[in-house]
Amino acid sequence: MRKFLIFLAVTVCLAPLSALAAGPTQGGTLIWGRGGDSVNLDLAQATDGESIKAGVQMLENLVIFEKDSMNVVPQLAESWTVSDDGLTWTFKLRKGVKFHDGEPFNAQAVYDSFARVIDPNHPFHQYGKWVYLSLSLGPVKEIKIVDDYTVALVTEKPYAPLLNNLALWLCPILSPRAMAEYKDQIGQHPVGTGPFKFSKWVKDDQIIMERNPDYWGDKAKVDQIILKSIPESSSRLMALQSGAVDIADDLDPDSIRLVEANDQLAVIKRPSVNVGYLAINTEKPWLKDARVRRAIAHAIDKETLIASIFQGLAVPAKNPFPPSIWSYNDAIQPYAYDPAKAKKLLEEAGFDFSRELELWAMPVSRAYMPEPVKTAELIQAYLAAAGVKSKIVRMDWGTYLKKTSNGEHDLCMLGWLGGNADPDNFLYGLLSADTAKTPGAANVALWKNAEFTKLCLQAQRTFDKAERTELYLKAQEIFHQEQPWVPLAHSTIVRCYNKRLHDVPLRPNGLNSFQMVWKDK
Amino acid sequence: MPLGYIAKRLLQLVAILFGVSVVVFLMLRMIPGDPAQLLLGEFANPEELARLRTQLGLDRSLPLQYGIYLQNLLQGDLGNSIRTNTPVAVEIWGRLLATLELSLAAMFISTVVGVSAGVVSAVRPHSAWDYGAMFMALVGVSMPIFWLGLMLIYLFAVKYPVLPMMGRLPMGLEVPAVTGLVMVDALIAGRFGVLWEASRHLLLPALTLATIPMAVVARITRSAMLEVLSKDYVRTARAKGLSEAVVILRHALRNAFLPVVTVLGLNLGLLLGGAVLTETIFSWPGLGRYVVDSLMGRDYAAVQGCILVFAAMMAAINLVVDLIYVLLDPRIRVNE
Repeated sequence: MRKFLIFLAVTVCLAPLSALAAGPTQGGTLIWGRGGDSVNLDLAQATDGESIKAGVQMLENLVIFEKDSMNVVPQLAESWTVSDDGLTWTFKLRKGVKFHDGEPFNAQAVYDSFARVIDPNHPFHQYGKWVYLSLSLGPVKEIKIVDDYTVALVTEKPYAPLLNNLALWLCPILSPRAMAEYKDQIGQHPVGTGPFKFSKWVKDDQIIMERNPDYWGDKAKVDQIILKSIPESSSRLMALQSGAVDIADDLDPDSIRLVEANDQLAVIKRPSVNVGYLAINTEKPWLKDARVRRAIAHAIDKETLIASIFQGLAVPAKNPFPPSIWSYNDAIQPYAYDPAKAKKLLEEAGFDFSRELELWAMPVSRAYMPEPVKTAELIQAYLAAAGVKSKIVRMDWGTYLKKTSNGEHDLCMLGWLGGNADPDNFLYGLLSADTAKTPGAANVALWKNAEFTKLCLQAQRTFDKAERTELYLKAQEIFHQEQPWVPLAHSTIVRCYNKRLHDVPLRPNGLNSFQMVWKDK
Repeated sequence: MPLGYIAKRLLQLVAILFGVSVVVFLMLRMIPGDPAQLLLGEFANPEELARLRTQLGLDRSLPLQYGIYLQNLLQGDLGNSIRTNTPVAVEIWGRLLATLELSLAAMFISTVVGVSAGVVSAVRPHSAWDYGAMFMALVGVSMPIFWLGLMLIYLFAVKYPVLPMMGRLPMGLEVPAVTGLVMVDALIAGRFGVLWEASRHLLLPALTLATIPMAVVARITRSAMLEVLSKDYVRTARAKGLSEAVVILRHALRNAFLPVVTVLGLNLGLLLGGAVLTETIFSWPGLGRYVVDSLMGRDYAAVQGCILVFAAMMAAINLVVDLIYVLLDPRIRVNE
């Protein structure tokens, strides 16, 4: 008995050791199946998800989001300070970092990478199509090299969201030598500082990246990542099931259920940073009354919409941005589904029930709106139940975006992926009076609320996160009262992979470096 | 060889390509959708859109845009892709070779199997062979390619994993590109292991792509053979005491081949341009998928380049088919 107890004690003590022995292993190839090929791996020019998810393995920023959340942490910058007037951001850079081509990372590299985007006189400016400036370096008017490892960014006005912009894929630091050498083809040969370096690209087939043995941080566990384009989603599912790939992206809900039922495979789910919404044109006289807009919110059953259209892979929305972003106002009580109440509100507001509203349906599907036409049909039926007649209007995507930004619709469906995960991106960008000017309004509700806009502008100038949070909580209350949109859903982001992979991360925006991922031998 | 005739046909080809370039250029700009808007999506603001349009030259007048395009074209420059900024010719070339390899393999399978099945059916009309082969041909013609491809993958790559389900070679395996056709390159390099892997990768997609042409070829061969077999010269050949194999292969099949060649030529054209579904299911990095993606993104230069290449290939195939007629049937003379 005593021997047995000793044996037991020894076993119990050794058990953690054997678990340690089975810890992260080095080596192997991670094969990552996805729906399409990348377009441009210079992320300052990238507009598509497939380019971005490949590029973030190789390129790094000054700052980055945490691995599983949207909090900003240092990457190539070690620390930063903001001047008292809120105009100058000073970044202390990490020392001893080298680009994949052996060039040193320093203030000059940051200068060249940023100045090429915002300065038309910079020699590299002509080599690219610089996109989404308002989400990246648009607010910056000057870049100063303080010393070899210190850079200062000067903004035109105090702009607190800048830090989140810098964490976005749009602000990568590339090797100046490579940018000079590859010119407008830099997007086909990215050279950064990341844990993986670019090796080979066979168009529409695969991108191969090798482990960077000289990486400054924790070196990647796998030797190689192969990003394989598998356009047909059933083929992608079968590739995952057969073990031909380790990760399969963008599977449909039915496939995800099959993956969940398979004990070789694993699924991670996380709320995304997007929102799908129904915008109500507040300039139309018959939709001007907030009671009418609240009535429309009461008329729509979001729970059923999510169960049927999103097949459960979403959460109902009550605010303009998702709960994964800080300062989300959870105290707000959503408008309950209640067609009778909707009808009563409409009657109170003197709504003309003989009027037929134009309900514009998006012609393309997005994560935040996977089945736009079915969604429109469902909303049409809900409105009818509250006595409101509507007809569904459809057109091609380019025209749709143009006409909605001119305010030609009554109701239109749209959505937003808040890449930089700053509330400002949603609230000021999509709902302020400044962005409600036609033509080209991003605020397609054309909602011009002075108090709301004032709060957003004040928050841009406030650098204390707690104070900013207060302002945004208040702004969300105004939004809720006025209801220029009916926020519909925040979709769930899903990653399906083979269990032979470990430590697979998933950020709410779906963009992760895979340096910590390891694979069983 | 009728060299004058070939020269004349090549001149015609130039005229055709010019016409195609105008029509495609105009059609692309008539369909709704703005490349800049599609590139930037719902996240763009008006200033950015305007800047991108200027950068892409889309703010110029149509005749000016066409003039620039034609001028570059005459210098052999198909322009740069709007989406990737890479020269369209480079983008097309790699994918064209992938499509060519797949199409040629499918062409080979469909011709060998289709002609054999057609001959067997015609030699033994109304036999079990005949009914069996023609029933299979009917199934082949009616089968949705998409479903067939997925079923083949499910059976041979997932349920009984004996064949690969995607790509041209196992991941990581490479062969120095000489022709760009992996199987030929493997042969040139003398790497038979790679050749074996390449043919294994090619089998399922080529079979999928071959199904419909195979069925068409079988039916055409059967009816052409039946007609020829009732001709006097076949009776004469038999009366001379020639063996049945010689009668069928030399006397009958050669004469029955004219309509078959026409169908084969058409098939090759269709295979080259119509492999989109097969390429999609089997993740084959070919031209079909590229055209569709480019069209969805309104990548004008890329679509224009692809259509020009397709038109040139179609015209070339037609020319070759016409020349094969002359070789097959000495009675046909080209009009010089």
